[in-house]
Amino acid sequence: MAEHFDAIVVGAGMAGNAATYTLAKAGLNVLQIERGEYPGSKNVQGAILYANAVEALIPDFREDAPLERHVIEQRMWILDDRSYVGTHFRSENFNEEKPNRYTIIRAQFDKWLNKQAKDAGAMVICETTVLELLKDETGKVIGVRCDRDNGEVYADVVVLCDGVNALVGQRSGIRQEVAPEHAALAVKEMHFLPREVINERFNIADNEGVVIEILGTVTSGMLGTGFLYTNGESIALGIGCIVSDFVEKKINPAHLLEKLKAHPSIAPLIRGSEVKEYAAHLIPEGGFKGVPELSGDGWVICGDAAHFVNAAHREGSNLALTSGRIAAENIVALKKAGKPMSAENLKLYNQALEESFVLKDLKKYKDLPDTLWRNKQFVTTYPELLAQAAERFLRVDGVDKLTKEKEIARSFRKARGVLGLVGDAVKVARAWR
Amino acid sequence: MHIVVCIKQVPDSAQIRVHPVTNTIMRQGVPTIINPYDLFALEEALRLRDKLGGKVTVLTMGPPMADESLRKALGFGADAAVLLTDRFFAGSDTLATSFALSTAIAKLHAQEPVSVVFTGKQTIDGDTAQVGPGIAQRLGLNQLTYVSAIRSVDAENRSIVVERRAEGGVQVLKTGLPCLITMLEGTNTIRRGSMDDMFRAARASLTVWNAKDAGVEDMAMCGLKGSPTVVKKVFAPQPRKEKAVQVATEGKSPAEIAQATLETLFAANPKLEGDLLKLSAAS
Repeated sequence: MAEHFDAIVVGAGMAGNAATYTLAKAGLNVLQIERGEYPGSKNVQGAILYANAVEALIPDFREDAPLERHVIEQRMWILDDRSYVGTHFRSENFNEEKPNRYTIIRAQFDKWLNKQAKDAGAMVICETTVLELLKDETGKVIGVRCDRDNGEVYADVVVLCDGVNALVGQRSGIRQEVAPEHAALAVKEMHFLPREVINERFNIADNEGVVIEILGTVTSGMLGTGFLYTNGESIALGIGCIVSDFVEKKINPAHLLEKLKAHPSIAPLIRGSEVKEYAAHLIPEGGFKGVPELSGDGWVICGDAAHFVNAAHREGSNLALTSGRIAAENIVALKKAGKPMSAENLKLYNQALEESFVLKDLKKYKDLPDTLWRNKQFVTTYPELLAQAAERFLRVDGVDKLTKEKEIARSFRKARGVLGLVGDAVKVARAWR
Repeated sequence: MHIVVCIKQVPDSAQIRVHPVTNTIMRQGVPTIINPYDLFALEEALRLRDKLGGKVTVLTMGPPMADESLRKALGFGADAAVLLTDRFFAGSDTLATSFALSTAIAKLHAQEPVSVVFTGKQTIDGDTAQVGPGIAQRLGLNQLTYVSAIRSVDAENRSIVVERRAEGGVQVLKTGLPCLITMLEGTNTIRRGSMDDMFRAARASLTVWNAKDAGVEDMAMCGLKGSPTVVKKVFAPQPRKEKAVQVATEGKSPAEIAQATLETLFAANPKLEGDLLKLSAAS
């Protein structure tokens, strides 16, 4: 006889685990289906965890969640081929009792979070892929079909947390394929080094962490960023650019990472390390314009599958956790009120998201991804100009300062023209607003 | 027909790192898997059950988290699972492990007579291939190691015919039941359980036995106390100093390649050319 659950959650990433945990904790009969060998095995992120979104689920998560280091210093580097111009913000305030940001290793953290969901009573089935949604004659989603014999399972509602490719939604005709200009392809390596070496290189204590966000010529003229995060005994180093840029430029992402590793500002930080992992992943970076329909008759969609990434602020996992939780809370409320999981009732989820930072932030930056993608000068011309300006300003060579300043101003005018400079400023200001 | 399959949860050796200073295996964060060799044993057991009826019980000894492996085995289609876990078992070598497992199998046998005990050829972490034979010895079972195929089972006359890979050929062996079989790798492919198997595995309540439950009376036979093996030193092999030299072959004739190879050899061993000339002159 076919199994029936209150809810089926597809996927065991941040969104899926948050949804499953919330549903199970409220006493719903929930089945979570994950295609990986174990929860977390397929999940790839830098990764930074924002405590606030986890606290909303599990207030005392710090007691036993696998966390690498709490972040006390954030660097922003703009690279040309030989230099970086950067800002560093480091504060003792980040050494607080309950730190705000952590580096994590997703395979471990996700396994832990999933265990909390299991302990709360959820049934978790791994190594099983959901092929498509099952619908009744009215088009209402009534379950899923998996890639195993007798693979049809039924539920009142299906929570789609199947990640950036959102294949289940696509195959079931409830959403479009992700546009190549709305997704970034990121590659990363894990560089293992003894804890003491990392502490020394970044001037940090045992559990303190440093993160570096990297812009500039290292993306070879494509829209993208690099990153370097310190874990306990490893450094995560990666770079990602918009997929359509890779296609157009015919650049191999692995080569891009090699270039980043060889940069004179990065190479000394990873010297002598042992590389044990290479991973690649897509990131939904289209912002608000990439967000699909968020709910329908018998289904809701959360996390990367819903395109919830705020690239400007490097936030994604917190949007996933929050959207998964909010979806689950609204399903629980409907269930408790004895209401059906209809398209109309599930609009509650959309409304709650509108009121949360998730959609507010995405709306704020809705034009930013397109603006940057269409104006490559922000990732090519400006980093070089900045580095040259800084070098000119600092080098003492007998040239008087006024001449130097004029030269710097001229170099900017020459590269972009006065109108170009003003136009660029307006574009960024409008997209940021 | 009651079949017992002994499995072991092992760290995924493809993802293990060795600590650069202490040379010990860094297990933290390394995913665990069912010893891959054991999956051939499990599949063969499931096939026997499908053909002859009966049940397959998977048995493992390990820490409480080893229940993940048992559930996975249930998801492949095993019928029951027993976890042997006790701090008295910690630090067991192959002698103590085969003692604990054979004691538990004896208890399973008392509950429901066991016809065949399966194990993998060996584990990927210990690599000894001793536990299977150790169990057979302790339980007085006929043992068939490195089995590549099961030809036939005669349930009525309680006998089995198997193929065993041996040096220089394949042996066809017949023996009486009960027996112990260690399965060779590559002999079958583990099946994909149905959705029903997955539900059953997720819901199953595993049998968990401590040493006493399993019927162990002499604790001195278990764990560190029962293990005469001592690890004196662990070291990582040093990379060899000698480097391979490559000779370019593209677009060259065989004679040119031979010439280039010889020249490379002679360059590396200046005395070699003279010695060879002397040898050929002498003959």
